[in-house]
Amino acid sequence: MKNLKILSLLLFSALIFPSCSNDDEMTNPPVVVEPDFSGTYNLADQMGRPAINTVFIPSNQKDEYNQTIPSDQGAAYAGTIEAGLKALSPAYANDGDQNALGLDAAAFAGVLATDVLTVTLDGTTTFYDGTNVLTGRNLTDDVITVELLLIFGGEDFSENPNLSDDHVDANDKAFNSSFPYLASPW
Amino acid sequence: MKFKLGIGTLLLLGLGLMSADHIDAPAVSGGASDITDFYGFQGEDNDNIVFVANLQGLLSPNNTANTTFDENTLVEFNIDTNGDAVEDLIIQAIPRDGKMYFFGPIAPSSTGKNGMVMTSAARNEVAITEYGQTPVISSNDGMKMFAGPRDDPFFMDFAKYGEIIGGTATGFDDPGTDTFAGTNVMSIVVEVPKNMIGGSGSINTWVETKTK
Repeated sequence: MKNLKILSLLLFSALIFPSCSNDDEMTNPPVVVEPDFSGTYNLADQMGRPAINTVFIPSNQKDEYNQTIPSDQGAAYAGTIEAGLKALSPAYANDGDQNALGLDAAAFAGVLATDVLTVTLDGTTTFYDGTNVLTGRNLTDDVITVELLLIFGGEDFSENPNLSDDHVDANDKAFNSSFPYLASPW
Repeated sequence: MKFKLGIGTLLLLGLGLMSADHIDAPAVSGGASDITDFYGFQGEDNDNIVFVANLQGLLSPNNTANTTFDENTLVEFNIDTNGDAVEDLIIQAIPRDGKMYFFGPIAPSSTGKNGMVMTSAARNEVAITEYGQTPVISSNDGMKMFAGPRDDPFFMDFAKYGEIIGGTATGFDDPGTDTFAGTNVMSIVVEVPKNMIGGSGSINTWVETKTK
């Protein structure tokens, strides 16, 4: 009989303890679920200056260029870009040709290959405003015409006028002077 | 704009941007991790720098409302403060459940192609602005943050450029036609005090998407 009592007690305990445990949890405040940020993220796409990959990197190397970190891009792609510049632009067809920054094809390619955007912390930020060169990129900057001029415009921006300006000079919506600066969507 | 659009895309553009979500080009193009543009400029407050990353280009107004940020895509603003093109500071942005979370600026635990979310860094967040909604802006510690659809700020006669490269045109038109007029992008805008990203001098910056 005694054994039976003990056995009953054990069975009873086994039934009751899980629910005790549940009761304890119920009395705790609800747990706030933190977002899960775990895991390793792998490089998919990158960009510094506008249109570098698009214009200068051959189609079959665009993905590979995207997977090359900026500190490795110069050594790996300056030659490719120099060849591309010479093939693309009559303003770089002859030895000694330079652009308005005084850069020949090799020097310009060296600048372009490392695809980072330089931004000054000391004043005017602009892609090019007639005075400052590559100190940032504003929403209003006509970056494509600047790049076309540097590619096709020759030493004084006068060469190949039909190729050195796309004649789209501004956005289709006005920007805001305050954060978040970009215009509302269409 | 960093377009990696192929000839097929040019044909699609000619048909009225109908298939912008199906851009037929290598790897990331047209997907949620596809960077369309990157900006870095002095803010309205001259003590600040503004970084803009735009993703998922050529969204038509009809498609915009249904377009979201991808929770498996980490957007990383990289800042090189000593001129070696290696990131010394990063600002990360990643969406979770309707909010965009920001980490940093902070020195990354490792540089290069692979990384983790820097959960030890200062964390901020902003509700992702929905299409048609007034921009939701979050401010904390001198930083401002926004995430949501915006008009694509990029402008270019890309269609004509394609014709020139393709040999079917010999020059641009005057006036040109803005291929990106009337289209939207998914934007992440973060404004940060200069003293948090080097203080003075020049920095090299670039944006990356990293996916899980």
